[in-house]
Amino acid sequence: MFWPEFGRYGRVWSPWREMERLQQDVNRLLSQESTPYATTFPAVNIWASEQDVIVTAEVPGVDPDSLDITVAENVLKLTGSRKPEELKPGEVSHRQERVSGGFSRTFRLPYAVDSGKVDAICEKGILKVKLPRAEADKPRKIAIKSQK
Amino acid sequence: MAEKEMQKREASSPIETERTTARKVFIPRVDIREVGDAIVLLADMPGVDEKSIDITLEKNILTLAGRVEPEVYEGYRTAYAEYEAGDYERAFTLSDEIDRDRIEASVKNGVLKLTLPKAEPVKLRKISVKSA
Repeated sequence: MFWPEFGRYGRVWSPWREMERLQQDVNRLLSQESTPYATTFPAVNIWASEQDVIVTAEVPGVDPDSLDITVAENVLKLTGSRKPEELKPGEVSHRQERVSGGFSRTFRLPYAVDSGKVDAICEKGILKVKLPRAEADKPRKIAIKSQK
Repeated sequence: MAEKEMQKREASSPIETERTTARKVFIPRVDIREVGDAIVLLADMPGVDEKSIDITLEKNILTLAGRVEPEVYEGYRTAYAEYEAGDYERAFTLSDEIDRDRIEASVKNGVLKLTLPKAEPVKLRKISVKSA
């Protein structure tokens, strides 16, 4: 009854807390070393104008049929997989740098989009999705009547 | 798979030459495997098609170069960015003799597939010794 209460206020030395702190320090060091770009597959860029959003992703070797795009309000979900090139008997791998497997990424778009008018093309290993802004979400100019 | 390994790697000085354009250059990720009597190379080069790729084999140095036109959208602002478009360059030294006439290359979905058949090994010649 006494000890847990005491520990909660951080007055007692705890090896677990020390380890947690160490873990945080290491994580911070590792994250500083990497580039400012996110490091997941596929890499995605998002462009936005007042009317629509363009989302592009580098998906080399991904079969366009295996790509799945779902949109709800202002959330875009991109799922798919890249088939691993399995070694057949008698084949020898000299170098393996490309990654394979499933992926799923979710993005929050700058505004709600009309999910019925989404247009997606995939060519040369680059996916391009155009999402028009939802009518209800478009900014409206409100005329102010002046009363004399 | 480690997250860091999935980023595009920028080439510091691709094949030790300087470029005339200020575009970025990336090292494509490759898989190389030996399939029977051929070497098969797969390279991830998103944004590259058969017209914008150059493959050269000089002596035993194989060079891949792909050009990618940067994406520019007029009237749009960047809301989020994870990658940059740039060219691809990479060179390999091949250890085996390659039959240059039968090299095949194709590009599909931004992946280059290069089949390099090995040259026929030089046949051993047996010299018979005649008895005097």
